[in-house]
Amino acid sequence: MLDRRDFIKAQAVAAAAAAGGISLPAAAQSSLVAGEDTALKWSKAPCRFCGTGCGVMVATKDNRVVATHGDMQAEVNRGLNCVKGYFLSKIMYGEDRLTQPLLRMRDGQYHKEGEFQPVSWDRAFDEMARQWKRVLKEKGPEAVGMFGSGQWTIWEGYAATKLMRAGFRTNNLDPNARHCMASAAVAFIRTFGMDEPMGCYDDFENADAFVLWGSNMAEMHPILWTRVTDRRLAHQHVKVAVLSTFEHRSFELADIPMIFTPGTDLAILNFIANHIIQTNRVNREFVEKHCNFRLGQKDIGYGLRPENVLEVRAANAKDPTDSKPIDFDAFAKFVSTYTADYTAELTGVPKERLTALAELYADPKTKVMSLWTMGFNQHVRGVWANHMVYNIHLLTGKISQPGNGPFSLTGQPSACGTAREVGTFAHRLPADMQVTNPTHRAHAEEAWKLPKDLLPGKIGYHAVLMDRMLKDGKLNAYWIMVNNNLQAAPNSANETYPGYRNPDNFIVVSDAYPTVTASAADLILPAAMWVEKEGAYGNAERRTHFWHQLVTAPGEARSDLWQLMEFSKRFTTDEVWPAAVLDANPSYRGKTLFDVLYRNGTVDRFPLSDVDQDYANDEAKHFGFYVQKGLFEEYADFGRGHGHDLAPFDTYHQVRGLRWPVVDGKETRWRYREGYDPFVKTGEDVRFYGNPDGKANVFAFPYEPPAEAPDHDFDLWLVTGRVLEHWHSGSMTMRVPELYKAMPMALVFMHPDDAKARGLRRGSEVKVVSRRGEMLTRVETRGRNKPPRGVVFVPWFDSARLINKCTLDATDPISKQTDFKKCAVKIVAA
Amino acid sequence: MRPHHLAALAALPFLVPAVLSAQGTPALRLDSPFRPPVNFVEQNPAPPIPPDVTDDRRVARNYPEQPPVIPHNVRDYQITLNNNQCLTCHSRRFTEAVQAPMVSITHYVDREGQTLGAVSPRRYFCMQCHVPQTTAQPIVPNTFKDLDSLVSRPSDRGDRR
Repeated sequence: MLDRRDFIKAQAVAAAAAAGGISLPAAAQSSLVAGEDTALKWSKAPCRFCGTGCGVMVATKDNRVVATHGDMQAEVNRGLNCVKGYFLSKIMYGEDRLTQPLLRMRDGQYHKEGEFQPVSWDRAFDEMARQWKRVLKEKGPEAVGMFGSGQWTIWEGYAATKLMRAGFRTNNLDPNARHCMASAAVAFIRTFGMDEPMGCYDDFENADAFVLWGSNMAEMHPILWTRVTDRRLAHQHVKVAVLSTFEHRSFELADIPMIFTPGTDLAILNFIANHIIQTNRVNREFVEKHCNFRLGQKDIGYGLRPENVLEVRAANAKDPTDSKPIDFDAFAKFVSTYTADYTAELTGVPKERLTALAELYADPKTKVMSLWTMGFNQHVRGVWANHMVYNIHLLTGKISQPGNGPFSLTGQPSACGTAREVGTFAHRLPADMQVTNPTHRAHAEEAWKLPKDLLPGKIGYHAVLMDRMLKDGKLNAYWIMVNNNLQAAPNSANETYPGYRNPDNFIVVSDAYPTVTASAADLILPAAMWVEKEGAYGNAERRTHFWHQLVTAPGEARSDLWQLMEFSKRFTTDEVWPAAVLDANPSYRGKTLFDVLYRNGTVDRFPLSDVDQDYANDEAKHFGFYVQKGLFEEYADFGRGHGHDLAPFDTYHQVRGLRWPVVDGKETRWRYREGYDPFVKTGEDVRFYGNPDGKANVFAFPYEPPAEAPDHDFDLWLVTGRVLEHWHSGSMTMRVPELYKAMPMALVFMHPDDAKARGLRRGSEVKVVSRRGEMLTRVETRGRNKPPRGVVFVPWFDSARLINKCTLDATDPISKQTDFKKCAVKIVAA
Repeated sequence: MRPHHLAALAALPFLVPAVLSAQGTPALRLDSPFRPPVNFVEQNPAPPIPPDVTDDRRVARNYPEQPPVIPHNVRDYQITLNNNQCLTCHSRRFTEAVQAPMVSITHYVDREGQTLGAVSPRRYFCMQCHVPQTTAQPIVPNTFKDLDSLVSRPSDRGDRR
């Protein structure tokens, strides 16, 4: 180690060298203390990464972001950030930002096998519109589609949903959030009749126990983990239970650690329900007043292609959502087979621990918060798992009160705000409405000032189905925005890549950086990101928060909002709407989609002068009206008055976010409970008003095994996931040197004995091989993740090592969300 | 990784003084938008696991509130319910004996803004913010500029534009 004297000497030499070799700025002194020339403009913004929704303060100077820090005034994080959040300042400055449209060309023309060449926006949109019109003419609206994101701002998702559903008349619109929390969203609606959590982050400071169901919050939701840690370490009675298929950093805080065999979490949940019933701790009054019981469909398949033997063999693969009413006694009988002995045997968890966990729920004096993300949601029975955790909270009445509640965490900054609330799923409309419901469609047509019967009622392709349809040549014009699906999608070499390179298809990718997905596109559109545009996100606790445009996007990069709205100008209603609709509504003839969707008197009603003069707004300036405000206000009207109420647009620029429903200027922290939720009337106590009878549904489901399990040939479970330092596919964080150097490559984490048994050790170069594909990496046996024997973990952030070539495209049959946590692989020396 | 990138990056620490070392790297022009690993079809051989930087040299921060990176080995450091090995050097009372930097005073403030007598529990897991660095060299340079490089322009003679 260098001692201090040596160090000072070395510094002096370095300084002298610097002074001699590179001219030291004349005014170097000026930055030692803050003076006029170091004055920064500080503005608030939400973090760009996960669903936690931390507030950050962003400093700008000379049209550049120069610093960021945790916002002391943001309720979510009160001054803290995780390591990614602290490096937000650098995410926009990767040297390879895309700054102009790139089109595959050969001999001056678009060519599927051509090389990428820079083109103007006009040229890019000309080709794109030509391709869209060709496909619409040849095959109709069902052959065009868009894959969006829980990273879209609220108005971008809203503009996209209008363009796809009302403009092109297709519901082939799905967000990457399908891979992320579709199971949670579906189960919320099936249980409570309304999406999103009833509680909020204030539960962290009120709970006596926290149970992590397959979630590694220490790495994936670090700031929420600081709140759990704060509560646990400052209050001796507080307990933390951590359940997972492998040991990870969250186990550092665990009082009740639990490693279970993949997929058997379902049995643990039923065991807890059984334990509550057997020990007479059911909250009878709550259950009688507020719950219905239903028996769910079993043997529902695995969401694979219909010809797959697992689908053919499944009794109920065609109608996985069915259920029928039962009573409490039938439910009690159903879960009675999940005894401690049976569950311990199936899961590999000792009985004492199972009981200790069950007691956190059963003990009426313990306020318990359940937390989950991908462990539950990326699960072939993810919807069931979500239902089953609601069951144990409903049986005990531990819900919708401070410290007591099931809490579904989200992975993306606006998975809730944009994917769910705006409704960019293939089956949804704004404010929890459904495309299959004629009344809901009629309501949307009216709100959008569009002709009757314009909106399509058929559910569009979901994420995994889009890839299959692209490959099969049934989906031919495809726009991918704010996501990196070729890196993220399962079984990508067989089911995703072939569709992108299918000669019948035209693939457009809008992104800030040249991702793997962009490399397989036909047209790349350069996107503005984060504070290069005015935006709004909705976090996991129903908090809607806004930010201003703080800097200009580089080169010709444009926001997704600009791209969507500009593209809409290239189509007239006569080209894309049916003649019958236009015959009945001739006033819409000859108008562009831009006119009918965004120049409709609502979206364009706020003048440019409404924009805060302290901030730029490139979209408002370009289109000549306050685009974001108009889109937001039109959208917000869908939810106002019935439990999805949002505050006026301008309010959000003043506050650090508000949790909806916002009624009379007040946010709602606990929904469905009298005294907290303005939609619950005096004397009602609790009312799950999303359902007409005001009751929540308790569903009986069994344990069923995963789609694929290790066998003689592929003898290890593969679990994929994230790491602290990188966010999703790493397109932003891998370009931040400090984050890159902290975690430069995706390794395979495995048990040292599993390595040894294969003649491997830490650092050995290996192939991870499944029935579908392989990837090359190195073995890590002493890292932060410590899988038990028989399980390996590989993160998916690394564009050079694509683990999704190995994963299986099995989904939950109800939510259509992929199971990225359970498939079989082998590890061999490379 | 392309060899010429590596060479260019490796040379940097010797040319650029500490003042500039936190600001990423100067522009390297590229012919294709795609970095070599970004190719769906080809398999990239996996480079050896890079070792951690353990030179105990402090690295200048990009801005005041950036958490400093960890310049020493943290292998097998225990942070559990009962033990936090980082704080056995970096908490106030041990810093004199081991000459480690004391954790920032911000770490003694709780969620309510109250300053405590010891590190706030919410700051307990150090590596949520402070990370070690490996010797791996970034594939894509970052053009972030810190405040100092914007305010102290060389020889601008007072002409700010």
